[in-house]
Amino acid sequence: MADVSPTLPVDAFAPLDTAQSAEQLTRPSLSYWQDAWRRLQANKRAMASLGIVMALLLFTLAGPLVWQVDPTALDPDQISIAPGADRSAMVVDEYQPWVPPAPSRATSPGSLNLAFAESPTTQSVRLVWQTPIDTNVFGYRIYRNIFPVGAERNFGLPLTETGNPFFEDRLDLKPSAYYYTVIGLNEFGEETDLFATISTTLVRAITVPEARLKGLLGTLESAATGTELELKSHPLGTDYLGRDMLSRLMYGARVSLFIGFFAPLLYVLVGVIYGSIAGFLGGSVDQLMMRFADFVVALPFLLFMILFKVVFGIGPGESGIMPMLIAMVVLLWPGTARLVRGQILQIREEAYVSASRLLGAPTGYLIFRHMVPNTLGVILVTVTFAVPSAIFTEAFLSFIGMGVAPPTPSWGAMCNEGIKTMLTHPHEIIFPAALISITVLAFNLLGDGLRDALDARMRNQD
Amino acid sequence: MTRYFLRRLAQGLLAVWFIATATFFGMHAVPGDPLSSDRATTEKIRANLESKYGLDKPLPAQYLIYMGNLVQGDFGISFTQENRSVNDIIRDHFPVSATLGILAVIFAGLGGILWGALTALFRNRLPDTIIMFLVILGISVPSFVVAALSQLMLVRLNDTVGMSVLPVGGWGSVAHMIVPALVLGLSTMAYLTRLMRSSMLEIVNADYIKTAHAKGLPAGQIFVNHQLRNAVLPVVTVLGPAIASITTGGFVVEIVFAIPGLGRYFVQAIQQLDYTVIMGTTIFYGAFLVFMVILVDLVYGLIDPRVRVE
Amino acid sequence: MHETITETHSTAPSNKAVFSQLRRYFLYAFIAVGVLMFVLDYLASSVGSDTQEARAVDFETQSIAIAIAEEPPQLNSSLATDAVSGMVLGHIMEGLLRMGVDDQLEAGIAERWEVTPETATFWLRKDARWSDGEPITAKDFLFAWQTALDPDNASEYAFLLYAIKNAEAINQGNLPLTDLGVRIPDPHTLVVELERPVPFFDKMVVFPTFLPIRQDFYEATGGRFGADAKDLLYSGPFVMASWVHGSSLLLQKNPYYWDKDRIRLNEINVAYITSDVNARINFFKDERIAFTGLQAENLIDAMRQKWPIKRYQDGTVFFLEFNHREDRLSENLNFRRALQSVLDMEELVYKVTKLPGYRPGESLFPTFLMGVEKSFRQEYPATKIPVDYAQARAYLAQAKEELGLAEWPEFVLLCGDNPISNIQSEWVQGALKKHLGLTLKIDKQIFKQRLAKMTAGDFDLVLAGWGPDYNDPLTFGDLFASWNLNNRGRYASPEMDRLIAVAQNASTPQSRMEAFAGIQQLIIDDAVILPMYERGLTYVLHPKLKGVKRRVIGADTDFTNAYVER
Repeated sequence: MADVSPTLPVDAFAPLDTAQSAEQLTRPSLSYWQDAWRRLQANKRAMASLGIVMALLLFTLAGPLVWQVDPTALDPDQISIAPGADRSAMVVDEYQPWVPPAPSRATSPGSLNLAFAESPTTQSVRLVWQTPIDTNVFGYRIYRNIFPVGAERNFGLPLTETGNPFFEDRLDLKPSAYYYTVIGLNEFGEETDLFATISTTLVRAITVPEARLKGLLGTLESAATGTELELKSHPLGTDYLGRDMLSRLMYGARVSLFIGFFAPLLYVLVGVIYGSIAGFLGGSVDQLMMRFADFVVALPFLLFMILFKVVFGIGPGESGIMPMLIAMVVLLWPGTARLVRGQILQIREEAYVSASRLLGAPTGYLIFRHMVPNTLGVILVTVTFAVPSAIFTEAFLSFIGMGVAPPTPSWGAMCNEGIKTMLTHPHEIIFPAALISITVLAFNLLGDGLRDALDARMRNQD
Repeated sequence: MTRYFLRRLAQGLLAVWFIATATFFGMHAVPGDPLSSDRATTEKIRANLESKYGLDKPLPAQYLIYMGNLVQGDFGISFTQENRSVNDIIRDHFPVSATLGILAVIFAGLGGILWGALTALFRNRLPDTIIMFLVILGISVPSFVVAALSQLMLVRLNDTVGMSVLPVGGWGSVAHMIVPALVLGLSTMAYLTRLMRSSMLEIVNADYIKTAHAKGLPAGQIFVNHQLRNAVLPVVTVLGPAIASITTGGFVVEIVFAIPGLGRYFVQAIQQLDYTVIMGTTIFYGAFLVFMVILVDLVYGLIDPRVRVE
Repeated sequence: MHETITETHSTAPSNKAVFSQLRRYFLYAFIAVGVLMFVLDYLASSVGSDTQEARAVDFETQSIAIAIAEEPPQLNSSLATDAVSGMVLGHIMEGLLRMGVDDQLEAGIAERWEVTPETATFWLRKDARWSDGEPITAKDFLFAWQTALDPDNASEYAFLLYAIKNAEAINQGNLPLTDLGVRIPDPHTLVVELERPVPFFDKMVVFPTFLPIRQDFYEATGGRFGADAKDLLYSGPFVMASWVHGSSLLLQKNPYYWDKDRIRLNEINVAYITSDVNARINFFKDERIAFTGLQAENLIDAMRQKWPIKRYQDGTVFFLEFNHREDRLSENLNFRRALQSVLDMEELVYKVTKLPGYRPGESLFPTFLMGVEKSFRQEYPATKIPVDYAQARAYLAQAKEELGLAEWPEFVLLCGDNPISNIQSEWVQGALKKHLGLTLKIDKQIFKQRLAKMTAGDFDLVLAGWGPDYNDPLTFGDLFASWNLNNRGRYASPEMDRLIAVAQNASTPQSRMEAFAGIQQLIIDDAVILPMYERGLTYVLHPKLKGVKRRVIGADTDFTNAYVER
């Protein structure tokens, strides 16, 4: 052994190049956020929800650029049109007051000879009949129905009573079938047995000036009356004033999503600041601050929400979004504050924080390197769950008439209007309600996914 | 225990004072005049009304008078229902809202625990998927839509059956309460189901469950006695605030189903700027909420030995 | 490893055992809920009335059930202002005179009456009794009127009594209550001294403020008169058997009513109180109530159900009121005229409100008002301003010049927060934008804030309405007098004041009506307001319920002559 003397050259040991790493890791190291993101990606439902949220944002922000229709433009010719309804209309002359013909007398008893004075359109229906020779008829009541009158004398809607043998109907005429009945009244205004029914199927009419105003005539200076043309297309139909539903939903999304995003963001921010101050300072300051938060929690939310709305008031022309936002922030921050404070208190005692402190880490480093990142997960989850409740609050307030002011559309306000016509024009409720549901659903699922992905305890499960 | 309770009570009273003050000054900041009416009145009549309701005094004096009366449990006289006191209104209508609210919470609680337990039991299988889908639906449809739709369906149901299966609205018997309470409790039920499910799944991995399995206890017993009992705890915590928020949030259901609850009076009072009714209802509900939370904390202590207060 | 063990044991335990245990738990829970339900049932029946039994109509018992939108605030007739109170009071109270089925005055507690320029005399019937059997005397009327005029009671409608001598001074607190110009020569004669000739005084006494109140009873209630069923004494065809606040009112035939043979219904059950129109329609569909109003949205459904639909005009006129205060754009006549010729009220009525009872507005005076012989509007038709966009633009250009404006500023339309006025404001806003390029801002406010803003003049345009208090054109005619506090736009013109003075003091019906015609024309020429429509109501009745009367003046809806057909 002794004869074997190691002969090592001087340069056998050289300092390792600092740039060269000792060994190559077999997989990339994952930070907390990368890991969370990977786990979120694995959650199909959460990813689908994220997609929906993105699509909603696109719908809200880019939608109006693509679909450039004024959400406040009225169209009396196309009120409450269902999506995909027939849009053809016939050009007619501008409405002229009617000069009814001189009354004529019927020749046989029990007959009225009810007839249309001119071809009926949705602009007006003009009825004339002959004065009956029956002596007990002192006036007439005119009915209109959208269903056949039938044997049970189902006359429908009473339009008016008149003493004249003519009547013009312009009330809410739609391109559909109508059954008109004229019934004689006796001297006490009671209905007699004398009546006549006439039916028609109306053609939608549009006046020349209206058509020109809407640019439907193209290059034509004037169109011959009787020409058929297509009215403007409304993919999701129109509302009770003939406004485009799609564009209203887009603009309404601005209100609903604005409230939905910003209210939670703001009050969570306030809560985080308040809670972390309280949690970090601790002691009697913490006690005092938390008691105050308890007071605010004790305020009955909806009652105060309404009260706030009224206190702030909505000035003329204002949408009333801001008061709603402020009220939510004022009332809802304590929840987050409590949560964050709890987290901070917990993290403060963690071993790694103590270790870091022992190693001489300054306070700022402790807060921003250890405390904030470790509460961010909780905060993010809170925000995602707060979004649906904020959207609901807006919808609810709009529903009881305490929401945004007209003509600002919001999904809640549209639901409120739509619910009244649920049976006759279901599209007016289905679209806004479905959008609310989809948004709420997406945020709930996303929140679930985020919670699963961010919760350290849930790691390596599933 | 008693000391803790007394301390909580004192804090609660302080919170009620805070609510009363916030409401008082908030409401007097509302623009508009509670005494104005459709038909204009003369100066003299106005002055008389002002002195009747004490509005002629400076605001701090009004505040002191109001607080003085409040301590004696007197909420004042309604501005719109001139011959009725706010105490009468609360006494007549709060029991209605509370009954409906309690029933809704019971439905929500029982439903939430049942569905939550079932989803956990059938985790990631068909029943879980179906129930969770319904839960999601329950969370994501606005309550006013549900209320209107369910009433419409009741009418249809009665019409098809040819007799009154359940009343379409009104108040007076338990039959009147079932559908409104279900509608009112629906979103809470959905929320509790989710809560119950996640807390059940969390407990699956708890050490004491593993111990129980190791000891060879029957699975059924473990599920019911260990898992279920412990999983119910977080559900109980949220029940208190739920009762309060459900009771105060019943306006829509009360209007749709013609139920004489307090929520309707609040909305009406806001329209009319009926100061005393607004204040009375808000303070009363605030106090109700505060003491409900205290009560639940105490109950929680009874159920869960770990948080039993010394 | 641990993972798999717990998985198998906890998520798929022997389901049978779990289920049997669960079943037991839920059995307990259901029994507990069941017991609780019974307790609740008991509690609820003590709180609410038993509305489960509400049936739309019942021939055997001649009873009906109805729903109302709002609860009466209270039923003290000297303070009542709203339509619901008026409706209930019309059934439980009878005054000196009442409106008959044919809308003509009929004898009530007074069997005959006489109005001269100086006095109005009412001879009360001897058999008229309160619901406790005591006779109704002239003193009860005097007491009621004094109560309404007492400044301490601050009755809003006290001004209706100002026709009586010294009433106004008493209401202002300048004279004692005892100075009221009413004499009672004997317990059954009431002589009213008039402040000035009021030919329609007999028509005014139909209003609730004129209803009798008995002093000893009023004082015995200790300030709660009219707050509950037991705090009321009844003089009308029905008594209130119960009043469950917020829930129901039960009216039953009054055995002491002098004309009880006229009354065929034994019971009117106001079974539901809800402001939700759709809910009320659902009650009607479910045959719980015999009567309900319809809105435009419900018409198709009503036709599909083959319900007998009815309509009538309630005499309320809605209009856009301009702010005539200085420094307001709307003070400019050409600006007002521009709006007058651009807003097509026919479009509003036919396309937006969509109810058959509505009539496009032409005049401040609704069609029901009587003139000298025929209806006022037939005798004096209102001038119709045609819709003319070119003309409107010309007016607007002129107004711009007069006001010295470079650009049209935004201006404000004040409106209430109910859905109907929202829709109408949106329509006005849209129409002005479309045809004149004007930007209108909508100021939506809750009721009391809207009133406060109207009174303060914080608006350019406001959606307003006016309903009749009594059956004479004067109830509309004096609205825009410079001294009228209800003239919230503060329109002031000497010509208007002069015409109103003529209408108030004219001796012949002919000259009065001519003065009203002058007022009607002045409002159109000066574009004081823009009448939007005269309101109509559409409603459905149970086919077996007959004899229901809708009224413009007096209790609406009137069931006193109603009956159930077999």
